[in-house]
Amino acid sequence: MAILTLDEKSLIEKYGPSLNYEPHGGWTEQKDCTLVKTHCCFCGVQCGIQLKVHDNKVVGFEPWEEFPVNKGMLCPKGVKRYLQNEHPDRLLSPLVRSHDGFREATWDEALNRTVDAIRRIQNQYGRDAFAMLGGASMTNEKAYLIGKFARVALRTANIDYNGRLCMVSAGAANKMAFGVDRAANPWSDIPLAKAVIISGANIGECFPILTDYIWRARDNGAKIIVIDPRMTPIARTADLFLPVRPGRDSALANGILHVMVERGWIDREFIDEHTHGFEAVKEVVAKYDPRYTEKITGVPAASIVKAAEIWGPAETSMLLHARGVEHQSKGVENVLTYINLVLATGRIGKPGSGYGTITGQGNGQGGREHGQRCNQLPGARDIENPEHRKFIADFWRVAESEIPHTGLTAVEIFDAIETGDIKGLLSISFNPLVSIPDANRTRAGLNKLEFFGVIDFFLSETARHADVVLAGSLQEEDEGTVTTGEGRCVRLNKSVTPPGNARVDWEILTDLATRLGQKEYFPYLIANDIFRELAAASKGGSADYSGMTYEKIEKNMGVFWPCPSYTHPGTPRLFEGGKFHHPDGKAKFHGFEYRPPSEDVDAEYPIFFTTGRVVSQYLSGNQTRRIGPLVDQYPEPLCEMHPLLAAKLGIADGDMVLVSTRRGEMRVPAQIVKTIRPDTVFIPYHWPGKKSANLLTKRALDPISKIPDYKVCACRVEKASL
Amino acid sequence: MNGYDFFIDPSRCIGCKACMQACMECDTHRGRSMIHLEFVDRSASTQTSPVVCMHCEDPTCARVCPADAIKQTEDGIVHSSLKPRCIGCSNCVLACPFGVPHYVAQIDQMMKCDMCFDRTSIGKKPMCATVCPSQALYFGSTEDVERMRVERPINEFKFGNQTVRTKVHLMSSPATDQLDFDVMSFMPGEDQVPDITEFVVWGG
Repeated sequence: MAILTLDEKSLIEKYGPSLNYEPHGGWTEQKDCTLVKTHCCFCGVQCGIQLKVHDNKVVGFEPWEEFPVNKGMLCPKGVKRYLQNEHPDRLLSPLVRSHDGFREATWDEALNRTVDAIRRIQNQYGRDAFAMLGGASMTNEKAYLIGKFARVALRTANIDYNGRLCMVSAGAANKMAFGVDRAANPWSDIPLAKAVIISGANIGECFPILTDYIWRARDNGAKIIVIDPRMTPIARTADLFLPVRPGRDSALANGILHVMVERGWIDREFIDEHTHGFEAVKEVVAKYDPRYTEKITGVPAASIVKAAEIWGPAETSMLLHARGVEHQSKGVENVLTYINLVLATGRIGKPGSGYGTITGQGNGQGGREHGQRCNQLPGARDIENPEHRKFIADFWRVAESEIPHTGLTAVEIFDAIETGDIKGLLSISFNPLVSIPDANRTRAGLNKLEFFGVIDFFLSETARHADVVLAGSLQEEDEGTVTTGEGRCVRLNKSVTPPGNARVDWEILTDLATRLGQKEYFPYLIANDIFRELAAASKGGSADYSGMTYEKIEKNMGVFWPCPSYTHPGTPRLFEGGKFHHPDGKAKFHGFEYRPPSEDVDAEYPIFFTTGRVVSQYLSGNQTRRIGPLVDQYPEPLCEMHPLLAAKLGIADGDMVLVSTRRGEMRVPAQIVKTIRPDTVFIPYHWPGKKSANLLTKRALDPISKIPDYKVCACRVEKASL
Repeated sequence: MNGYDFFIDPSRCIGCKACMQACMECDTHRGRSMIHLEFVDRSASTQTSPVVCMHCEDPTCARVCPADAIKQTEDGIVHSSLKPRCIGCSNCVLACPFGVPHYVAQIDQMMKCDMCFDRTSIGKKPMCATVCPSQALYFGSTEDVERMRVERPINEFKFGNQTVRTKVHLMSSPATDQLDFDVMSFMPGEDQVPDITEFVVWGG
């Protein structure tokens, strides 16, 4: 039973989060340090960084100016990431639940308990009653291993990952439009663009390094259009700012395309030769004239026309979006309507012209390619495609019939725990109690599990509910590869070995597989064994890594997939010459009528609620809420609201406000700013418990991708009583 | 680094504080940043302003120091106060026209940015300008900055009758008429505030 046996205060005293401010050994200059070239673990840009290592301890960093993507630049998370090392909260040994919290256990005991629970639950309730959750902050090697472990060792269909909460809507839309799920262009194309649309992407805070790419585009004469309900740091000086009403993104994109069609800013030749479906889209957007679009989106008609005037006739252009349009129960529709703006101009597959979703997690791209998704096999293959199944079955040397079919997605797994269909769970690199919408339901679900096992390096809020905690590894304690938001596979070098009795994650998984009697399928001695296998497994798949080796990746400072042979240089830019990845080589338009969000404002809940990040924290905060200087920068969530709304509600800056939705409520200080729409409030989501924005959000899922609605629901705001 | 200068462009700043966080990491700073970054007025805008020492040709801080504790080296770098001389009077803090020096009570001494003397003297860029993700803090040649950017570098400032020339340049935006920061200015009209007492249909 996964109910807490120790109160929260005592758990925090023992396992944190506590704040680390200084490197191991204090602020003395360490002699004899080595510098290890690797990458930051926070966000999909994967900045190159050198970790300073002394006596098997990471004690600081040095910029890595030769790495071409960030050239030494780092955000505050990158600068301070080393403070997660030698941290007092670090799990140094496996833990098993006791009557008063946890007690330390031997690896044998912890692993055997886990395996016994898996066997018991699967024997009693069936294989799929035991689920596995992975994460997109882990290496490609681990992403591949988890997918294989779930299918071959656990033999459960219910394996999914926290990327389901991240950008799966963009991934699904990319596949529908282009036949492949990857950003179309390297980031080096951004400064060559003459028009840039940034929609729902708080680049300055979530992907800070890309800011320089946007500014360089502007230096080269580009016009920058920013679409966001909040005036984010990059929106402040944009050429055009469209403060879209939450949940109206597809209508806005339709409105811009309407003007482009009317003015003839479309590339007929490209559309005829390289695409399908334009006529149907043209019909859909016919009624989205600027006045009509203004009424839906809350963006002035004149600004919609202006956006089309900048975007339509531009010589080169890049369209970038992120969670703002993707984190919605209409995520796929939003992304596809924006892709229409790119396809209609034919400006894709060329220097300075193209499109990309900016992935948010450390391995947001690679984490979604190698089979840890419930509907996917390695090489970004489709688990329901008979040929794909056969290829992987032969490759793994198992019968095709033994590979489970499509399982439940991450949020659906929690729904199934609630209904009792799933009884056991093994989770790694995931903190669902903070990150899944409707946190009260998530907590109740964890308490229902008959067995909950966690692999983690810190005891996250979710891990507090575990029966067994397997002390795993930080990114710098293992080696491997990750694939960045631009599709560049980069090499992570091992800086130190895991401290105490903690172990490298993939060794824990292979040990579990061995104890489950499947050793022969997991014969890895080093991480490179797994990489070689995943590269071979990807051969002929959509995400083809088969021509990559560790040496080649390191020598070239990253290789873009597809890279189908050892002599192939990789593919930084997709779709050159208008060749798309659908079988007929053409791209597809998709037209969608605007429909309201799953929960719109009404008399009872009259204000839009939206969530997002701050620059100094990463995702559920399991790492960054333990780093003192980052916590000091933005210590706790604030509720941003416009002074006009605040005046109506009688709220002053700093007042405690009660924000409530149909799911829950939270008290939070108000931050009164003119940089947000007056009909909308914003709370960042990095915190747990009573400070969790996901107490308020709704578990409404996009019908295609099953991404939840983090970016729009309806709330009420009032001054909190003291 | 010969031929390289420091350029500050607050219009590019995203307020991330990577500069301050990195400045703290210098062994001699012991977790304390020698530079600062503030919101100009967060209620009105996300505009932030990074403040590093401007390294004046004729530094006011040094001129007002009664203990002669602030020294300028031949390369034009104005250093933190010398520990044996500094009396912690904060004259420099009050006199600096750019608001740069900070008095650190715990060590009873004024500390400020020395343009990463330890790094620049061995051919590296200052730490803050190396990490700055928006390159609002830029270290490079004047030719490069003039070639790559539309903003123009300025290093002469008038404060009343005092003209101050600085080693560090501030980038000045060309012909910016007005920047509006209130989201309301980008919306169709004043009727966008939700009426919390009666039902309003949002977005048809």
